[in-house]
Amino acid sequence: MHSIILRTATVFLKYLLLVFSVYLLLGGHNEPGGGFVGGLVAASAFILFAIAYNVEEARKRLRIEPAVLIGIGLLTALFSGLIPVILNKSFLTGVWFHGHSEIFGDIHIGSPLFFDVGVYLVVLGVTVKIIFSLLEEV
Amino acid sequence: MSHIIILPILIPLITAAVSLLGWKKRIYQKNMGVVGAFLLLVVAVYLLMHVYRNGIIAVQMGSWIAPFGITLVCDLFSAIMVLLAAIIAFATILYSCFTVDKDRESFGYYPLMHLMMMGICGAFLTGDIFNLYVWFEVLLISSFVLLVLGGEKQQMEGAIKYVTLNLLSSTFFLVAVGILYGLLGTLNMADLAIKIKTISEPGLITLVSVLFLMAFGIKAAIFPMFFWLPASYHTPPVAVSAVFAGLLTKVGVYALIRVFTLIFIQDTEVTHSLILGIAAFTMVTGVLGAAAQNEFRRILSFHIISQIGYMIMGLGLFTKAALAGSVFYIIHHIIVKSNLFLVSGFAHKVKGSFHLSKLGDMYRDHPYVSIVFLVSALSLAGLPPLSGFFAKFILIKSALEVGQYGIVVVALIVGLLTLFSMTKIWQEVFWKKMEGSKPVLSSVSGFALSGMFIPMVWLALMTVCIGFGAQFVFGLSLQTAEQLMDPTSYVAAVLQSQQ
Repeated sequence: MHSIILRTATVFLKYLLLVFSVYLLLGGHNEPGGGFVGGLVAASAFILFAIAYNVEEARKRLRIEPAVLIGIGLLTALFSGLIPVILNKSFLTGVWFHGHSEIFGDIHIGSPLFFDVGVYLVVLGVTVKIIFSLLEEV
Repeated sequence: MSHIIILPILIPLITAAVSLLGWKKRIYQKNMGVVGAFLLLVVAVYLLMHVYRNGIIAVQMGSWIAPFGITLVCDLFSAIMVLLAAIIAFATILYSCFTVDKDRESFGYYPLMHLMMMGICGAFLTGDIFNLYVWFEVLLISSFVLLVLGGEKQQMEGAIKYVTLNLLSSTFFLVAVGILYGLLGTLNMADLAIKIKTISEPGLITLVSVLFLMAFGIKAAIFPMFFWLPASYHTPPVAVSAVFAGLLTKVGVYALIRVFTLIFIQDTEVTHSLILGIAAFTMVTGVLGAAAQNEFRRILSFHIISQIGYMIMGLGLFTKAALAGSVFYIIHHIIVKSNLFLVSGFAHKVKGSFHLSKLGDMYRDHPYVSIVFLVSALSLAGLPPLSGFFAKFILIKSALEVGQYGIVVVALIVGLLTLFSMTKIWQEVFWKKMEGSKPVLSSVSGFALSGMFIPMVWLALMTVCIGFGAQFVFGLSLQTAEQLMDPTSYVAAVLQSQQ
């Protein structure tokens, strides 16, 4: 689509959407959001790019082949399930790390975070893959 | 050591994920596929040995105790099914390496195969009925893609029927699970087994059980809901057909046996008699359908249906010996049936057709393959000393014990007709002289042919071994049947494992 307005806006919107997607991902543990929604928002950034410019350009911006993203996402989610197994707990049990630092205050990092990151990547990969394939076919 | 129970699910998943990292790298994905299938096989053997020695194992996912969380349970029946799945996966993936074309390979054939295996193993291992639904979806969605991968016209035609009917069955399943949850407030199968005894309206439970029978029945291709199977199984590449033929319908049979031995046992007069009746019709229609076919894989597809009849016949009779017969039959059938499909693929590769009329001279050109076919085919028909004989023998004997003479007559006649079908294939494909055919017709390299031959021989040898080691396999089946008939140990394992 040749629209100067859309193209210019996309450049800015892309960053906005990506930052927002990470915000959704991280906030998802306690508030509405999570890996799935975050992944969709992130995918929309690249899809917008593909519509404003073209798929090739969007692929370049994504840098990684969507199928590879799916693979990385699956492995990340798996990893979160396997952490407790190493600690001799049942698969997928939530394991939490509690720490304290001067700058960030109290930190709680749990294995579910990695699961959500995995979901984020899988959703991003799948959505982008589907939309790119459809756009390329047109 | 109970962590081992998640490995049959994790290994295919990891294999698929790692394969995806090398998207479009065919050789890499192929290698990963073979390695993953081999690891799955090793783990499956170990799992069966572990369960055989130490009894049922159960693990609560995420440490949410049963009945609230999802439990993975592995009793002997599950372990046997996982092992069979792993055997077929390994054999067919080896076979795929020499038969599947480059296009399919570069569009994720091997990762998909492993995702489907994940779904199959998950379905065998879960102890939660809604989770069972989820695994069904996992394996179905992968199988949809495998079925249409390549995008040939007849594949699409087969896929439409396959997808529609399987979605219908999933809907039945979901509705049934919903009603069951509404009645009993739990989804854990062991917990269901306990709570179902307290229900005051047995009629409602019977109704739900029939819904389950329909849902699983469509997947298992029982009478009268089998027509999607012969319409679709002959369309994808042979390796895919072989996995579908060997495993997918058997997941339905597994689910039937599981719920009708564990949960719905309060009104066996109605439900199990119904199953027995269906078994008889399934056998007969399957074998008659096969007799009318002239396409290699379609004949075999119809035979799957008639064989499903034998498997659920044991369930319908609902005695320990009969269930042991069913388990034995499943063990025998999965290996033999997949192998027959692999042989049909070999014939197609060297002769260029699946139609009996266009095939011939296989015995002259490939005597060893012919022997492999003969072993499998005679085993399917039930000739001693091969595995099929013992499977049928146990079933028929147990039917005689409870005085169900009708089903005995049907089973014997169907066995005879199966033999007729198999001799038809033998006659047409292996013995018939083809006019004007060259002795060696093929652009196919000898290397690829011997590569295809290895898994076929392996499966054929297993059939022979099951036949000669029938005593041991029967012992195992009997033990499995004991566990199935008396669910207390299953229930205890699930509800008390607080790991």
